[in-house]
Amino acid sequence: MLEAAQAAEPGRSLWQDAWARLRRNRMAVFGGAALIVIAGLSFFGPLLLSHSYEAQNLVLGAAPPSGEHLLGTDKLGRDQLARVLYGGRVSLLVGLAATAVSLTIGLLWGCTAGYLGGRVDAVMMRTVDILYALPFTIFVILLMTVFGRNFILLFVAIGAVEWLTMARIVRGQVLALKRQEFIEAAIALGLRKRRIIVRHMIPNVLGPVAVYTTLTIPAVMLLEAFLSFLGLGVQPPMSSWGLLIKEGAEMMEEAPWLLLYPAAFFTLTLFSLNFLGDGLRDALDVRASKD
Amino acid sequence: MALLEVSGLRTAFHTRDGVVRAVQDVSFRLERGDTLGIVGESGSGKSVACLSLLGLIPQPPGRIEAGKALFDGEDLLRSPEHALRRIRGRRIGMIFQDPMTSLNPYLTVEEQLVEPLLIHGIAGREAAAATALAALKEVGVPDAEARIRDYPHQFSGGMRQRVMIAMALIAKPDLLIADEPTTALDVTVQAQILELIEHEQSERRVAVILISHDLAVVAEVCDHVIVMYAGRVVESAPAATLFRAPRHPYTRALQLSRPALQAAGSELYTIPGMPPDLARPMSGCAFAPRCEFATGDCTRSEVRLEGVAPEHASACLRAQRGEIRVT
Amino acid sequence: MREPYLELRHVKTHFPIERGFLARHRVGAVKAVDGVTLTIAKGEVLGLVGESGCGKSTLARTILRLVPPTEGAVLLGGRNLADLAAEELRAARAGFQMIFQDPFASLNPRMTVHDTLAEAIQAHRSVAPAELSDEIASLLARVGLAARFSRKYPHEFSGGQRQRIAVARALAVRPGLIIADEPVSALDVSVQAQIINLLAQLTRELGLTMVFISHDLAVVRHLSHRIAVMYLGRIVELGPSAEVLERPLHPYTRALVSAAQLGDPDRKAARKRVLLAGDPPSPVNPPAGCAFHPRCAYAIEECSRIAPQFEAFRPGHEAACIRVRQINAL
Repeated sequence: MLEAAQAAEPGRSLWQDAWARLRRNRMAVFGGAALIVIAGLSFFGPLLLSHSYEAQNLVLGAAPPSGEHLLGTDKLGRDQLARVLYGGRVSLLVGLAATAVSLTIGLLWGCTAGYLGGRVDAVMMRTVDILYALPFTIFVILLMTVFGRNFILLFVAIGAVEWLTMARIVRGQVLALKRQEFIEAAIALGLRKRRIIVRHMIPNVLGPVAVYTTLTIPAVMLLEAFLSFLGLGVQPPMSSWGLLIKEGAEMMEEAPWLLLYPAAFFTLTLFSLNFLGDGLRDALDVRASKD
Repeated sequence: MALLEVSGLRTAFHTRDGVVRAVQDVSFRLERGDTLGIVGESGSGKSVACLSLLGLIPQPPGRIEAGKALFDGEDLLRSPEHALRRIRGRRIGMIFQDPMTSLNPYLTVEEQLVEPLLIHGIAGREAAAATALAALKEVGVPDAEARIRDYPHQFSGGMRQRVMIAMALIAKPDLLIADEPTTALDVTVQAQILELIEHEQSERRVAVILISHDLAVVAEVCDHVIVMYAGRVVESAPAATLFRAPRHPYTRALQLSRPALQAAGSELYTIPGMPPDLARPMSGCAFAPRCEFATGDCTRSEVRLEGVAPEHASACLRAQRGEIRVT
Repeated sequence: MREPYLELRHVKTHFPIERGFLARHRVGAVKAVDGVTLTIAKGEVLGLVGESGCGKSTLARTILRLVPPTEGAVLLGGRNLADLAAEELRAARAGFQMIFQDPFASLNPRMTVHDTLAEAIQAHRSVAPAELSDEIASLLARVGLAARFSRKYPHEFSGGQRQRIAVARALAVRPGLIIADEPVSALDVSVQAQIINLLAQLTRELGLTMVFISHDLAVVRHLSHRIAVMYLGRIVELGPSAEVLERPLHPYTRALVSAAQLGDPDRKAARKRVLLAGDPPSPVNPPAGCAFHPRCAYAIEECSRIAPQFEAFRPGHEAACIRVRQINAL
């Protein structure tokens, strides 16, 4: 009966609904647009520039913005614009990668604990509680000291701390889902366990997870900035916004532009991610919407 | 002077998808000690109408567009917030459908019972505590001395609703509005709660507005009943009359849809069609598309609530003209 | 009695209450179902009534093996479900299905109607894609929904329509037994009638056996051949629908019946006499003897000691109460 399929009116999924609501949220749209611009600049910008981020010009020293160096140069004469854009690459990459690490661990941990329940759940979540109590700074400093200042280790370390909250959120969602009648109905239908998890549980867990992920990225970036500020993170000649801010802070009085531009880029990115995250949360949670 | 006189109440919600006319031209009056029932299904506007009276509709997106609600001479719809606050809880008490979410889970029952007395300056702490205990006993909570210091989650649904009733009546208001007070409760508990409301009403001469989707619940407690559909009052009559001889097709349809305990027919009556979209403007009678008695006139003429018998008004054009007998 | 299709023998479902952190020990149990024996014939509709906490939902889940019974046996078509291995049980589920109370919560909000039904159809059978669409369309037609809605999501439907989808899903696996757990309680009055009519029609057309659970006596009366009244995990009365409601034997049934006759001005006077005191008790600590005695207007001293046995006082009409004869002047 071909006509039945042809005549079927398309429905509007919850994702489509959420997307429509997100589009209407001006702050979220602004945040999203700003992110795209910054990411574009960071990843493709350095390719278009004539100066590299590490070429030193000791004669020039810390020079204010000019036609040649749009954002000035740092104390070693390196082009600040290139450094800021390149730093963007690093900061964003670290943000994304560390978040991916925390997402993976947290998702698996939370799903397992939530679905299995009972003693396994209790043990897994008490572990999370104990880890939460550990002072992060000391932990990372320890890691960095023992294993050396490895770039990859940096975002593993950050991710390894951030997964805790993700695990809690995922577990909470799974617990709430388990009690939903459509999961019972799926079991009653005689569906296989794998199918229930893949088709019924995971799609319904993704909402809050997506929101939290967009809010984890700025937290991670701040963490990286903090580490770099302490000298434990990214090492020069590589730059990240955190490192640039540290260098800029040291020369704040003589060369304020060294602090101003990285800080501005960083702040703008954090704001954008937060607006986007907020917008996502409002879009996905119908009850929280303000209209 | 009537205790409460509502005339021409009109409340609408201005949403992204259009203006939803939740309440259109609703009028009723209540004397001291009267009991009025408001019956309607979801979307009929019965709750919105009463929430509008107490200024409990969020504005925006809601807006009270017209009407008067004279409570002892004072127009509630035009009163400033501070005046309304003095009335809420003190002169008008309200109880809601779900006692779990309408009681504060972080405060003991005693604290919640005592609160209206303290904030309205009716009694000092000591006297208020004594009054609270007496109120809890009066609504039939067993072992009240011990239970008064319990938290809401330690009570069952029926007991929580009793606590709510005690709270609503503790400041001795003139009017009690009960919005679906028994819908979330078991049938035997429902009977008890209705009995309690009736008892309180006759003991204290409190006027009661009872809102429900269940015609039987309302007819049990109230002297007079109004039926609402799509934001309008479609019938208004004494309870017994409404139960035995309604004069509006919708009221009749409501009665018929409810399976009776005595009859086991082969098929239940169902109201054809669907409730109307309140965001779209309607002409004529809102029920006409689903009504078995509808004629062309019904969708064209202006429909108004008019008396068809002493104390009995119907908004059905054909019933008004005497063209049909609904029962 | 026609050939029994569903048999429950002394079924008990207790949920242990545990305390302790690493070494959890039992401190008590929620005796949700506390000894139910029942036989339902093929094609029969049994109404199960009771208030919150009586265990009717737990009983439904025990029958469907969503929760394992602590004691007793559930036999479907002569087969004890406990004897089945996990995989056999999974396959056997096609024979019995459930319709839940909340039509929104019982459908996956992220799957279209089409996907939900397709998944159900293909859970136990392999159906070619061409026939799949046909079968989905005919399922929807059977429950009174237009085929053109198949690509829509649950939140785009009204409560009544969602419940129809849930019925369609239950029918998709071609079950012999359907348990409907308060399927109309969450719906408006005018919509309830539609769903009740639909269920009545389907049981007739398809020869389904159904257990219809509700707290609403009138609704149950309309659909059921027999009614079982449940209180605190036990059945207290069982008999033909008309008889149980018109000539109830057990004091609890009498209270239920009178509470259900609200609003009728002719019955108001009679109703006032059968008002129950107190609230339905919790199944953690059921009273000794007859579970109902603390709230019973007719209780005597023996009632707190003796747990009443099920006895037939009229043909096919049984009750568990030691004072039935005195109360009903039999």
